[in-house]
Amino acid sequence: MSKRVMLIEDEPNIIEAISFILSREGLSVETHSDGTTANDKLRASTPDLLILDVMLPGKSGYDILRELREEAGTAELPVLMLTARGQTRDREMAERAGVSAFMTKPFSNAEMLDQVRALMAETS
Amino acid sequence: MLNTLVFVCSAYALFLFAIAFAAERAAMRGQARWLRSPIVYTLSLSIYCTAWTFYGAVGSAVRSGFEYLTIYLGPSLVLIGWWWILRKLVRIGRSQRITSVADLISSRYGKSNLLAVGVTILAVVGTTPYIALQLQSVTLSFEVFGVGDIATGEEQGHTALWVAAGLALFTVIFGTRNLDANERHNGVVMAIAVEAVVKLAALLAVGVFVVWGLSGGVSEALAKIDASSLGQWQIDGGRWVGLMMLSAAAFLCLPRIFQVLVVENENETHLRTASWAFPLYLGLMSLFVVPIAVIGLEMLPEGSNPDLFVLTVPLSQGRDGLAVLSFLGGFSSATSMVIVAAIALSTMVSNHVVMPLWLRYAGGGAKVSGDVRGVVLLARRLSIIGVVMLGYLYYRLSGGGAALASIGLVSFAGLAQILPAMLGGIFWRGASRLGALVGLTLGFGCWGYTLFLPSFGAGVFLPEAWVTAGPFGIGWLRPHALFGIDAIDPLLHAVFWSLALNTGGFVLASLASFPGPLERLQGAQFVNVFEHSAAPRSWTGRVAQAEDLMIMAQRILGARDAQRLFEREARRQGMTDTLPAPTPSFLETLERELAGSVGAATAHAMVGQIVGGMSVSVEDLMAVADETAQLMEYSARLEAQSQELARTAAQLREANAKLTRLSVQKDAFLSQISHELRTPMTSIRAFSEILRDTTGLAPEDQHKYSSIIHDEAIRLTRLLDDLLDLSVLENGQVNLNLREGLLSDVLDRAVAAAAADEHGARLRISRDPAAEQIWLNTDLDRLSQVFINLVANARKYCDATRPALEIRVHSSDRLVIDFVDNGTGISLEAQDVIFEKFSRVSDQKAGGAGLGLAICRQIVTRLGGEISYLKGQGGAAFRVVLPADIAMAAE
Amino acid sequence: MTEAGPPRRGKPPVFLERQSYRRRRVIDAARVLPFIGMLLWVIPLLWREDGAVAVRSSSAILYLFGVWILLVAGAAVLSAKLAAQARDGTAEVEARGGEAP
Repeated sequence: MSKRVMLIEDEPNIIEAISFILSREGLSVETHSDGTTANDKLRASTPDLLILDVMLPGKSGYDILRELREEAGTAELPVLMLTARGQTRDREMAERAGVSAFMTKPFSNAEMLDQVRALMAETS
Repeated sequence: MLNTLVFVCSAYALFLFAIAFAAERAAMRGQARWLRSPIVYTLSLSIYCTAWTFYGAVGSAVRSGFEYLTIYLGPSLVLIGWWWILRKLVRIGRSQRITSVADLISSRYGKSNLLAVGVTILAVVGTTPYIALQLQSVTLSFEVFGVGDIATGEEQGHTALWVAAGLALFTVIFGTRNLDANERHNGVVMAIAVEAVVKLAALLAVGVFVVWGLSGGVSEALAKIDASSLGQWQIDGGRWVGLMMLSAAAFLCLPRIFQVLVVENENETHLRTASWAFPLYLGLMSLFVVPIAVIGLEMLPEGSNPDLFVLTVPLSQGRDGLAVLSFLGGFSSATSMVIVAAIALSTMVSNHVVMPLWLRYAGGGAKVSGDVRGVVLLARRLSIIGVVMLGYLYYRLSGGGAALASIGLVSFAGLAQILPAMLGGIFWRGASRLGALVGLTLGFGCWGYTLFLPSFGAGVFLPEAWVTAGPFGIGWLRPHALFGIDAIDPLLHAVFWSLALNTGGFVLASLASFPGPLERLQGAQFVNVFEHSAAPRSWTGRVAQAEDLMIMAQRILGARDAQRLFEREARRQGMTDTLPAPTPSFLETLERELAGSVGAATAHAMVGQIVGGMSVSVEDLMAVADETAQLMEYSARLEAQSQELARTAAQLREANAKLTRLSVQKDAFLSQISHELRTPMTSIRAFSEILRDTTGLAPEDQHKYSSIIHDEAIRLTRLLDDLLDLSVLENGQVNLNLREGLLSDVLDRAVAAAAADEHGARLRISRDPAAEQIWLNTDLDRLSQVFINLVANARKYCDATRPALEIRVHSSDRLVIDFVDNGTGISLEAQDVIFEKFSRVSDQKAGGAGLGLAICRQIVTRLGGEISYLKGQGGAAFRVVLPADIAMAAE
Repeated sequence: MTEAGPPRRGKPPVFLERQSYRRRRVIDAARVLPFIGMLLWVIPLLWREDGAVAVRSSSAILYLFGVWILLVAGAAVLSAKLAAQARDGTAEVEARGGEAP
């Protein structure tokens, strides 16, 4: 069974791009664009990796991250965070919230793939 | 013999009465000039030489050699050094209309009556024994002539009583003729000047008789002196210097000396003459003392009272005439002292004790009316009688024994306690009322304990045990050995400790206290008396009073307020175009007004001084008023400055807060821009990499991904355009391109433009063409941009199944254009922020960066109108309001 | 202390300066005189008081009264000078300028 990646992102074009890249890697991608329901979705079916945008409608990526870190099922879940606001402060906030890896948009596809592979390897 | 003496005495007394009366008459006729010459002034100072010195100097010389000289040397130095102290004292006394030592101290320290009472008590306590001493010497001298006839204490008492009564009568008659202490007692001064001549002549006559008549010439006399028991120079160094200082201090402080030196001073230049003439007088008074003493010792039997040598030496030689002259000299010394002392003390007692009490208990407050004059005169007269009788009682009670002999220096030491407060008051502005009070109390107390009370002998007032072992056995508190210092003369011991404690307390308490306004005013007047009073002058009358008050009021209240006040008061008095008369009610009003500015005490003093013509000249007041005005102006300026500072600080705080807010906004803005730019670039980069790196991509995918890249690139471009546009608008750098056109045309263009990039659901737009026929004179392109935005927004965000937009136009005083769609509208919390940058109306991505409405608001504001969100319209509703002047009704 | 006051109306400044200087010196002398007297009258404390070499009273009288005469004469001279100056109309200066010690 292929590993599952959940992508929470609100920009349709970016969803499309990431889904395309990860599918070619043989991963199954589940996408959501609404921040408010993200934690419920995660609880329902925990993926092997979560890719999380920061600026989401309804609920910020930091809040989602903090919340899932407090739950037993997802406390150890690898999370790759993406942000379009490339300031140091954003990185610090992500680290405090318990992020596994952090990438600034725009990113190179290859780098992102490397990150995803590294994070998946840690867990398996 | 005794009868002759009584006759001579009476004749002399009558002669003095006549002199005094003639002098008063002459003064009343305005012929006082010759009466008040510098010589008369100098001679009047001779009341320093009392019977105690007239008779006692010889006795003192017999007992302790040249020590008697110190009593004359001290005052001589004070007079020779007149430029230092006396000049200032006299100027102050004249410019401040000082009536006594107590008045001087009280006036200097803020007109404190407490101090005045204190000094008065000190003066009475210090002077009463001295008066008793005079009575005793007169009685003793009577006794010398009546040897064998009378000797009982009862008879002595009668003599003293008669003398006392006579003196009181004379003093009452000539000492209280004038109420005003500033008007000199011409009769009294003239009489004591005559007495001064008599006593000097008497002493010189005895001296000449002794040197030339009995010794046979100067060289023989000197040889006799050398051969006598006084033949060798022997002196206690401490007492020599100490008594010189003490007598100098006492000369300044003795109430009777102050009376003739300052109060009775007619002309300051008289002091110049006295500066050499009085030392000369003192020198002559003391010149023959030693020869008389030596001859007396030689010729008179062992055990004769040396205090009476001046009388007994001529008597023993059968020179009755000379003896009578000598007797008259002693009589003059005694009487002149008692007269002037009684006047000085009665002035103090009535002014500082009786009058305040009378004013308090007689009711009616301090309203000056006719009968106050009578009360003052009565108080003076009773005080004189009281003072003289007090001296008599003292004499009777003390038994007239040897206890009195030492009272002269004791009295000196007591009155010298006034010196620190006096000198401090005229030389040091920092001297304060509290300081004077503390100093006087300490000095007086110490003097009383170490000198005055023990002078009555152990066991009279102080228990013997106290004197020998100290109070309650505390050895270091023994009256003659304070703090264990017992190796020095008791008199010097007392003088040292009392003046040391006095001065120390005075200085420390002055340093520690803060004087009140009147006190500071008086302090400045006293210390800087030469700056404040250019020349000696007399009060010019009351003609200029209203003007003076006006000028003073102007300086304190300001010209306009003062003039208004004076005009109002003049009208109230029924006068126009003139200054109001200084009636009591007007003065009360004025004082109240002034008190508001300078405080009640100062205002009272100022008005009182102008109107009462009391102690300060108008010029002085002007100086003070100027100073006050400057102070007030300065403090007002300070206040204004501090208010300004506070305002500036508030502004700075505000600016700082604004900057902080702006900085936060700027950070948020940059963060937003970063986000808005990076998001499309992410898509562009990702898909361009996919296109580049992925082999075997389906053609439709290729096309799709290329389209995404294209769309995102356009989105970026539009974003940058908007940002630049907004930046230009916000900085106010935009130039409005004013043109005329129809509103309907502008709306047409906007709808068409919005439709151009239309995709998705069609938006039905309903308009009212008739209402749109309005001519505008504005930047039509910018206005059109606003409309495009609003229509595009409706197109993008209207979530109705059949989206529709209604554009309503109504013009009243202003032109109002509403854009209302049929969607769900904008949530309440979002309504507040939709016009902010980067706020999006809905969650969906619609290709906008959230700058559209921000741009709209900027434009409309530039055009002079406003844009707002209309609530309760069913869907999203925006209202654009434009000012009337850009709209012209359609023709 | 500056000796030269501002020139007054109608008088040659040089003369006035000199006069003002003189009067200040007279005032100085008047100030110093009592201290001289004090000093001279304290000197007897240094005299021998014991035995045959003690100062005789006749000498003491001559000395003490001699000093007295000198002081009186000095005070009289200064007083006359001050009076003369006051008549010259410099009383104003006397009152103000003479104050600073």
